[in-house]
Amino acid sequence: MMADNSNMTIEAEAKLESPLLIRSKLLWRAFKENWSIFSKSKIGMVGLYIVVIFAVAGFIVYPILADTVWKTTSLNAMVSYNPVTGYDFLQTNPAPPSWAHLLGTDPLGRDVLAQLLYSTPREFMLGIVAALITVIIGTLIGTVAAYFGGALDTFFMRLADIVLLFPFIPFLIVISGMMQVDLLTLALIIGLLSGFGGITIVLRSQGLIIKSRPFIESAKVSGASDAYIIVNHIIPNVMPLSFLYMMFNVTGAIFSEAVLSFFGLLNIKMSWGLMIYTADTAGYIIGSNIWNYWWLWLPAGASITLLCGAFYFIGRGLDEVVNPRLRKR
Amino acid sequence: MMLKYIGNRILQIAILLVIYVAIVFFMLHAMPGGIKTLLISNPKLTPQAQEAIIRAFGLNQPLWLQFVDYMKNVFTLNLGISFSYYPTPVWNIIAERLPRTVLLFTVATLIAFFVGFASGKSLAWNRGKTTEYVSTVVGIITYTIFTPLLIFVVIWFFGSFLGIFPLNQFLNPDLWIHTRLNAQVIFLYILMTMLIIGAVMLVSYIMALRFSHKVRTRRMIFYLSTAISVIFSVFFWWVSPVGIYAADILWHMVLPVMTVTIISYAGNMLVMRDSMLETIKEDFITTARAKGLPDKVVRDKHAARTAMLPVVTNFVLSLGFVVSGGVITETLFSWPGMGMTLLDSTLAKDYPLAAGALIFTGIFVLIAHLVVDIVYAFLDPRIRY
Repeated sequence: MMADNSNMTIEAEAKLESPLLIRSKLLWRAFKENWSIFSKSKIGMVGLYIVVIFAVAGFIVYPILADTVWKTTSLNAMVSYNPVTGYDFLQTNPAPPSWAHLLGTDPLGRDVLAQLLYSTPREFMLGIVAALITVIIGTLIGTVAAYFGGALDTFFMRLADIVLLFPFIPFLIVISGMMQVDLLTLALIIGLLSGFGGITIVLRSQGLIIKSRPFIESAKVSGASDAYIIVNHIIPNVMPLSFLYMMFNVTGAIFSEAVLSFFGLLNIKMSWGLMIYTADTAGYIIGSNIWNYWWLWLPAGASITLLCGAFYFIGRGLDEVVNPRLRKR
Repeated sequence: MMLKYIGNRILQIAILLVIYVAIVFFMLHAMPGGIKTLLISNPKLTPQAQEAIIRAFGLNQPLWLQFVDYMKNVFTLNLGISFSYYPTPVWNIIAERLPRTVLLFTVATLIAFFVGFASGKSLAWNRGKTTEYVSTVVGIITYTIFTPLLIFVVIWFFGSFLGIFPLNQFLNPDLWIHTRLNAQVIFLYILMTMLIIGAVMLVSYIMALRFSHKVRTRRMIFYLSTAISVIFSVFFWWVSPVGIYAADILWHMVLPVMTVTIISYAGNMLVMRDSMLETIKEDFITTARAKGLPDKVVRDKHAARTAMLPVVTNFVLSLGFVVSGGVITETLFSWPGMGMTLLDSTLAKDYPLAAGALIFTGIFVLIAHLVVDIVYAFLDPRIRY
């Protein structure tokens, strides 16, 4: 009797709240739990702080500054100056940091800080778009391969083997030498290529573990279709791992873009790699010279390193959430 | 048993190779406008020359026929003629440059593997200490640092500030001008020496396993034969008249090798650390400690050996990553290997050479993969298929 009563009350409560609300509550609780684990990992928090700083700088500070301080102003009656594209005629370029240009100017008379901030949202976009594509493809293929097995599984696993061994940067270099690659195309290419790689192997093995759980059996018995089981039961359970790999893929994508634009192979207006390329081809980064012109390469290089590193750090932090064996006891 | 395993692996790699070449081929043809437009779009070419190129590359044939031809050409090493080094065949250029890359990578990845393995081991063992924290952070920084940035600093520090290592090029022209020797020959000799030493190490290890059951004797046989082969080859180079040229090449190799090592050791270190952390939680480690075994023995014999498997897997999988880092390293150090060839030919729109370099970079990675697999199967008693 008691048990029945309590069941009744639970049902009554459940009727009051919509399923969506319950689901979001569950999500919130899971998020809080995972957050408390994640926030204990120092490295993950450092990564998160760096990403937040870059995001604030790129998405909030830059638009404000661009509208106020860096508005295309006239240097004198004749020329107007845009810090990202224009040439500052009032001084010899490249000029060291001064009050007018906090991080100096490059050989083409452009403000280094303005270029840095201008590129930040683009780097984020590239990294996140590429990683999203990778994760979507990888999750789908990994779970489908795990669920159905057989020839499909073998095919995708062998494909993943070869993509894993792929000399990725050389491949991108040849592609970008042969066609005009802009930022979005690059994100697509990187996302597509790495989506068939190692991520599918990892997600497949996770999918296999989940497939053997009893709730999959009971879903099958209740008459759920294959697609329903994959979408509603397997994918949500491999999601944390996908998310973890997304972080590592953001790192990879930003790094690849930086390398390609450092070699001057991309058809883009501005990026951190391109800033170093500009300084390098103008001959300012040679041997003992480098510290005399540090503002030409250090800010951009440090930004690439920091942002790549930050996403990697977050990945390491998430690793401790997803993989309990790594936690300190 | 072993031979069957090796045969299996070779077959697998051969299949992967065919797939790889196919991917490269179809990628070249999937370019906007196709390879045809790329090859003949140069305005300097006369209509006759364009016609000749189309005929030479068989661009009028249906795609699958072209594909069969291409496959045949790749495996008969007939990769066409380079545009920028006309009329040198692509294969000659690659054959000249591949050994340089092979040398650079073998040395760097071996060092990176052992450094990563040893440091990861001690990191996990000293968990919670400041040294662990510092070296993890340093490892992660070198792992995620933007490679050109690292190279700028390395060049500045060792080339200009200390001034002890040569920059650029892979040999000193002042030295080589007096000789009619080909650098290529020296390269091949160096590679051969390394191969012999490696073979001696492997054979002595297997012999030691067969010969004795005592760890100490085994170790002595192994180290003694390694030392003898190293001393013998150094002596041989010393007395030979070409020794100084080899030394010159090796001297120029120090900085690139160091850079590639710095880029790639951290990956091994971090994986070793994680794998070791998982291993030392296992019961058999507690048992070993409870038995009263010295700490060092528990660490090296019980924990590290068990923890090694994921590191080797990661090592194999990171070969592609290391090759990518190598392209940047080679370019910035003007080390004329495959990576630099790849980039230069791409920038010069020399498509036959670029495609050839890409294919052989892939083949190089696949063969390295095969070699590591086989060596590993020899060393690990658990792998017996």
